[in-house]
Amino acid sequence: MEIDGKEILKSINLEVNKGEVHAIMGPNGSGKSTLATLLAGRDLANVVEGEITYMGKNLFEISPEERARNGIFLGFQYPIEIPGVSMVNFLKTALNEHRKYRGQDPLSASDFLKVMQEKKKLVEIDSQLTNRSVNEGFSGGEKKKNEIFQMAMLEPTLAILDETDSGLDIDALRIVANGVNKLKSSENATIVITHYQRLLDYIIPDYVHVLYDGRIVKSGGKELAIELEKKGYDWIKKEISYNGMILDKSLK
Amino acid sequence: MGETLQITNWNEELSDIFNRNSTLLRKGSPDYVNENRDRGIAQFRKLGIPDSSNENYKYLNLDFVYKQQFQDYLMPEKVNFDINHIFQCDIPTLDTHVVTLLNGFYFDRSRPISDLHSGALAGSLNYAFRKIPDLVKKHFGRYAKMEKEGLVAWNSAFSNDGIFIYVPDGVVLRKPIQIVNLLLSNSNLRVQHRNLFILGENAHATVIVCDHTLSDNRFVTNSVTEIFAGENAGLDYIKVQNEHNLATKLSNLYIHQERNSRVNTNTITLHGGVVRNNVHVVLDGKGCESNIKGLYLVDKGQHVDNYIFVDHAKPECTSNQLYKGVLDDFATGAFNGRILVRKDAQKTKAFQANNNILLTDDAKMNTKPQLEIYADDVKCSHGATVGQLDEDALFYLRTRGIEENEARLMLMYAFAHEIIAGINVEPLSARIDDLVDKRLRGELSRCANCAINCR
Repeated sequence: MEIDGKEILKSINLEVNKGEVHAIMGPNGSGKSTLATLLAGRDLANVVEGEITYMGKNLFEISPEERARNGIFLGFQYPIEIPGVSMVNFLKTALNEHRKYRGQDPLSASDFLKVMQEKKKLVEIDSQLTNRSVNEGFSGGEKKKNEIFQMAMLEPTLAILDETDSGLDIDALRIVANGVNKLKSSENATIVITHYQRLLDYIIPDYVHVLYDGRIVKSGGKELAIELEKKGYDWIKKEISYNGMILDKSLK
Repeated sequence: MGETLQITNWNEELSDIFNRNSTLLRKGSPDYVNENRDRGIAQFRKLGIPDSSNENYKYLNLDFVYKQQFQDYLMPEKVNFDINHIFQCDIPTLDTHVVTLLNGFYFDRSRPISDLHSGALAGSLNYAFRKIPDLVKKHFGRYAKMEKEGLVAWNSAFSNDGIFIYVPDGVVLRKPIQIVNLLLSNSNLRVQHRNLFILGENAHATVIVCDHTLSDNRFVTNSVTEIFAGENAGLDYIKVQNEHNLATKLSNLYIHQERNSRVNTNTITLHGGVVRNNVHVVLDGKGCESNIKGLYLVDKGQHVDNYIFVDHAKPECTSNQLYKGVLDDFATGAFNGRILVRKDAQKTKAFQANNNILLTDDAKMNTKPQLEIYADDVKCSHGATVGQLDEDALFYLRTRGIEENEARLMLMYAFAHEIIAGINVEPLSARIDDLVDKRLRGELSRCANCAINCR
């Protein structure tokens, strides 16, 4: 994948099965967020080669909204403020689009409110926030909670959480992680993208992958995250150059 | 009814129409009005209809409007139908006192003026000219300046009627007054009318103006509205322009505010061929507040032009201009917001913003702020944006399963809603919300059970 003629994602092979939690870690600029938004359907024009198959479908052939209705959810690193679009209207439209796609009738106003009340508890989101415009004037923590709240409403099969821990204090982190864990089941999968190991104390991954310079250079179990935390990313850089995995001259 | 003509040099021709009809035009008005009329035609001969050589009209081409054949509606014709059969405002819960103009003349001849309560009046301006000259004289022609504005001069020469509203000192009108401006004709028509609203000290009122076209021929309306807001007075003025694409609306609004008065204007342009709104506000006493807001949604070949001039003549006043527009297809628009802070107008707060969304490459918007500040202790700001919908917001909505088209509509609607939210007449703002939603969806935003399809 290229952006402005620069190759961003170079070599990624990843298989995620239902019931699994994968963590993707990596230093700044390694392509983590690009991978997340690519999965959700952005910048498709920039894809040079490769394929992403999701439940038998070629993702490069379907639009962001259709991916969403097929169960893909992206929790944004920087959730967008949309003044003038009320949270209620936004969530109702989104949820009913999902239902329509599955051939279900739209929820009545009262049923919708019931669902919303129930899901709000899950992430301990302030009731006042859902009376406001989407993310408008929300604090950093509130925005992240709102992402998980939306995830709870839409019940995705594959959730991609992009730096959901950034900007959270320890209490908010616990609440957000708790929400994610409650939503986890044997029928869905989660990809957690993070810079720090901290979040992985709460959301325990089955697999950890290290993304560096557009490639997955190392994969392992949850202990890999702990090792990274201890040794830092420089250790990975050294190791992979030593193994000759990276041909980038600047690193040799 | 006036006469049809082929225009060659139209300013001359328009003056000639006045000459040929001056007896008719004078007949119904008292001397002080006719004196104003004479000044009007003299001034019009000098100024003419503004063209693009006038900096304030740089983006507005009125040529083609006048090169058509028109009749001038100089005197009301007898109508032998019930207006309610053709038009009824269909906002059921909107409880207002309705006054109707048909082609610029007060419709209900049997009851030219009504006492709303406690001496508050609403009715025909022509009737007020004749019956309450002392009150009218104090204000008529005082605020609308014909010296620099050809359209005001033209209107002063030709107009004979319109709406008169008077709210005496201390009277608070809870029920809004709704002015319904209807245009209906078998031929292309030029209409000029004049409104005068007087609010005494501590008087409060809400005025809603609805512009509609009921037949599908060409119309040109050139209206002048003068508003006087006395000390501590409060006025909410909401205008909904919903005419078809063959209609040209030239609207000149002059507001004079006394000490501590507050006037809010909201101009919602939903539809119209060529629309020009001039708003002049003079803040002529300490502590005035003026909120001037507008929303325009245009497509196809429509043109909307807003010119705002706020004159901070006295200290400690606040003015706030906010205009927003969505332009589709090859529609064009212009915004010119001028703020003048005079030398002694210290502690002035004057703000201005104009935000636009262009939906196509062919749509075009010209926006220009003009700030002239002669006082040194002031707080002023201005900002203008012309852009597309926020792609990040669009992607965000789509990742939640919302169809791209629907997501676009949500964003446009949200953009427009900021203006509508400022309208504090509940059933009306809900209706305008609805009309805006329909308008953005490309459905016809007809206000009433009107008989024509907007083209």
